[in-house]
Amino acid sequence: MKFLCVECDRQMAFEERGLPGDGTLAVAFRCPSCKRAVAMLANPYETQLVSSLGVKIGGSSIEASEPMPLAGEFLEAAPPGTSSPTWDEAALERLHRVPGFVRGMVKRIYADYARERGIEVVTTAVMDRARTELGLEGM
Amino acid sequence: MRTYYDLSDPDRSEVASQVAVLRGRVAQRLARVRHVVAVASGKGGVGKSYVATALAFGLQSRGARVGLLDADLGGPTVARLSNLDRPPLVIVDQAVAPAITPDGVRVFSAEFLAAPGEPVRWRAPQGDEFVWRGSLEAGLLREMLADVAWGELDLLLIDLPPGAGRLADVHDLVAEIEVLAVTIPSAESFDAVQRALTLARERGMRLLGVIENMVGHSCPACGHGAELFPGDAGQQIAEAFDLGLLARLPMAPQQPALDELAAAVARPLGLP
Repeated sequence: MKFLCVECDRQMAFEERGLPGDGTLAVAFRCPSCKRAVAMLANPYETQLVSSLGVKIGGSSIEASEPMPLAGEFLEAAPPGTSSPTWDEAALERLHRVPGFVRGMVKRIYADYARERGIEVVTTAVMDRARTELGLEGM
Repeated sequence: MRTYYDLSDPDRSEVASQVAVLRGRVAQRLARVRHVVAVASGKGGVGKSYVATALAFGLQSRGARVGLLDADLGGPTVARLSNLDRPPLVIVDQAVAPAITPDGVRVFSAEFLAAPGEPVRWRAPQGDEFVWRGSLEAGLLREMLADVAWGELDLLLIDLPPGAGRLADVHDLVAEIEVLAVTIPSAESFDAVQRALTLARERGMRLLGVIENMVGHSCPACGHGAELFPGDAGQQIAEAFDLGLLARLPMAPQQPALDELAAAVARPLGLP
């Protein structure tokens, strides 16, 4: 996808990409001549459609550091209608050390553990308890 | 107003080239695999997974190095048929290690990526799933080919779900794919398998032959035999596509029949 500044007849340059976390995407471009900026705002379906190809929107390289990135990003959604507990920063940091292709599954196990016990915030202490009680050493 | 190709500056997203890179990873991973064979049928319930698993074990026991990929994301069964417990998933050489049976068959299934007893779930906007489900499923199939440490194999068998759609997806990813057709004897199975093989032939895939499954049943007590489905779809498909009818398997086949199946499929592949 390219953006053309019609008035200047110049291709606009990529400037910024934003993924606010609500499933939407924002990408800003600026005309190198007149400096006018435009933003492309994609809804969750449009964003998902392109992301599901496994490509990086607005990016130009695919990192090869971790296998199965698509599975890691998109597998294991919580069942519709269930509420998920929130995660504190330290717990999220620990979760992100789990390999991407099983991260979703591991997150769900901890979330289920918290939900079943009425725990609203997953902390590292909650993760430690779950590991002990559920026999999840290594997760 | 000018059009896309009129603008000479690079497309920063480079979606097409990124997709090409991802496809290249599949080719790179499968470079040490001699044959990639899709076990396919246009019809569900004909025993594709059973045949694929039996073939994997049969050919491995004949000395071939065999991998088995369960590409049926909606109803994966290969792990159970292979008597595999859910394996711990570990990364080796920037790839996910497959499960390995005691016989040495390398197995990977989407079942390994789902919670026990639950379907494969996607973390994505709910509602209107038809918009993105197809490309995500194709993407997962690509990752199971490209990002699993298959190693050096004589044969990678892919157990496909019913229908022709996933067969086309696999062919997009693996141009040299070969196809084994599985059918039951019934006329409706003939119709469905014919459609799938027509697509396969139109796309230039090599058709290896036909396996007719569930051709009959023998009473273990008195030995009396009876057919389960009327028809001879296996023979009809073989004639329609000028293929060999490689095997006719009864319901619950005994080891000699499975040995014959492996031998019949080994021949066109040049395997031991």
